[in-house]
Amino acid sequence: MSELRSILVEQVDRLVADGGGVALLRRVEAGEWPAALWAGLEEQGLNLALVREDAGGVGLSWGDAAALWQVLGRHGAPAPIAETMLAAALLSAAGIEVPEGPLGIGLEGVPFGRHAARLVVLKGGSVALHAPGRCTPAENLGREPRDAMAAGERIARGELPNALGPRAALLGMALIRAALIAGALERILDLAVDWANTRKQFDRAIGKFQAVQQQLAAMAGEVAAVSVAVSQAARAVDACGLAAAGFEIGCAKVVAGEAATMGAATVHQIFAAIGITEDHELHHFTRRLWAWREEGGTERFWAAEIGRAALARGGANLWPDITARDADRAR
Amino acid sequence: MRFDLPDAPPRAAELRRELRAFLARAGRDWTPETRARSWMGFDRDFSRAVGARGWIGMMWPATYGGHEKSGLERIIVLEEMLAEGAPVGAHWIGDRQSGPLILRLGTEEQRRRILPGIARGELAFCIGLSEPEAGSDLANLRTRCERVPNGWKLNGRKIWTTFAHKSDYMIALVRTSPAPEGGSRHAGLSQFLVDLRLSGISIRPIRDLAGEDSFNEVTFDDVLLREDDLLGEEGAGWAQATSELAFERSGPDRYLSSYPALAAGIDALAATPTPGAEVTIGRMVARLNALRGMSLSVGGMLERGEAPAVEAALVKDAGNVFEQALPEQVRNLLDPADSPEGLRRMLAGLAQLAPTFSLRGGTREILRGIIARDMGLR
Repeated sequence: MSELRSILVEQVDRLVADGGGVALLRRVEAGEWPAALWAGLEEQGLNLALVREDAGGVGLSWGDAAALWQVLGRHGAPAPIAETMLAAALLSAAGIEVPEGPLGIGLEGVPFGRHAARLVVLKGGSVALHAPGRCTPAENLGREPRDAMAAGERIARGELPNALGPRAALLGMALIRAALIAGALERILDLAVDWANTRKQFDRAIGKFQAVQQQLAAMAGEVAAVSVAVSQAARAVDACGLAAAGFEIGCAKVVAGEAATMGAATVHQIFAAIGITEDHELHHFTRRLWAWREEGGTERFWAAEIGRAALARGGANLWPDITARDADRAR
Repeated sequence: MRFDLPDAPPRAAELRRELRAFLARAGRDWTPETRARSWMGFDRDFSRAVGARGWIGMMWPATYGGHEKSGLERIIVLEEMLAEGAPVGAHWIGDRQSGPLILRLGTEEQRRRILPGIARGELAFCIGLSEPEAGSDLANLRTRCERVPNGWKLNGRKIWTTFAHKSDYMIALVRTSPAPEGGSRHAGLSQFLVDLRLSGISIRPIRDLAGEDSFNEVTFDDVLLREDDLLGEEGAGWAQATSELAFERSGPDRYLSSYPALAAGIDALAATPTPGAEVTIGRMVARLNALRGMSLSVGGMLERGEAPAVEAALVKDAGNVFEQALPEQVRNLLDPADSPEGLRRMLAGLAQLAPTFSLRGGTREILRGIIARDMGLR
């Protein structure tokens, strides 16, 4: 990890942790807008993190951004900063000035749509900036706001460059969700290890039992796989643009979704009854993991896309195709 | 735990092209069974041809017959060989662990005597670790070597030694002094470079469930070794034997063992479309890509001189799960009646070989124990 990236990750980690932790997640789930945290994030310029420096942004790489999303996921992503970063990147790439405040992408299931200052709507390769219209509130399994929005007055319109392409919103959201899943999985793995070292049964910490160790070790493999897959995807975006990174992003979302299923099941098994309670912090992360699997394309959606391409190309091309992506990155 | 993806080495694409052209020619007559056995296939002619191309001992100094290439270039060679299911067994152990161990710990004489032969693909090595009473509990080994005038006398028994009956040398871990009372059983162990032609060595192949003679029981009966058959330091055998584990456990041979069945399965599905197959194939490809990223990350860390032992254990464990599940997933997509004969034979070979994936090089349970300890459990 580069020095810049570690500093950024540490800053965001502290900012979100100090912003309220699990208590904040509970308040957000109850309908509160995390105003103080949002102000802090904007003050750091994070909403403009993916906007190029010559356009007034911070000019982070997608690799840096994915690392930030991962640490955001560790805290349950209590504010729509990742989505706003993506929306700002799309607007800016289309030559539209990025407004202040949280931005929503699309009109269906918009993260924190009810709090969006503006909506960014993609159609084909064109981007439009709208004022938010009527909001029909809804939420996902994580009790995060996922609202249906009507587009209000159109404020600006532009065209996306080819490197982003017509699927930029889907690809960007898939990468965000995979990165958030990576972070949330790290968090629940840490919680489970602490618990296994603390909770005693048969006069021993349950972490002394091989059966428990083996489950957590297997989960650690899944958590590492997601983290690597997310890095691969972000690197591919940095090397060849969102539109051409569909393979790596799809792989990351498949692996993240599978790991979310496995990881959540494992930690609930380790925590047993206490982990099922409303009072325990675990479910704020596991419910988000289950929800994030569904957003930005499911495992099934991305696996089908990857599998169709592999079947169309034939067995002899699979290995050359996978390894040729290395060269794409080095270009 | 940390995984940082390395950049592809320069000339990677060119090297891959050379390898693919070479393998296309060399592999014209490989049977589905050969491809299913992958690095458990032993073919001295093939290994000599690989050596002649400079693809064994790639990272070693030219003085010892090496080619002074980077670790990442070496990984490209391994990847391409495994993706084709090439029978690389005759040089695999020498290239992966015995050679590097001799290079690092051997005397100048040992290096000059042994390494060029490995690099030419002529000297085959086997690993003398397991014994009847020492499997996962390796430190319980009983084979012993005692000092005699001008050398050592070796007595005992190794078992499950892959390719001992076809190999030239074994690097054996044996006891040279008793474990200190109440102290660590890891003390008093040493490694020896054993020429398998010496008198007093008997090698009995043990037929495996597939009907193959792949592993052996090796008995040492007053085998006289020379002073300079000791490898490294007397008493430091445990640390020496475990020091190469990150190399042994993180390579592409830990997730690609069954890869040829995925490529063959894709072709079979193109001929016989199966509803929903694309999802299963896509999941496998996604996993494969992530595992490759993990393995390459460890390769990059090793290249920088780091010691990613736990990361390597993680790659092996996750990789074994993948390579074990792969043939079963392919099998579930196609009825045998719809499968081409080549795929059926490959899957039959893999069904019989796959149980070893999570045994060889450290069992799943041992690896997960290592990972758990690093996580702060135990």
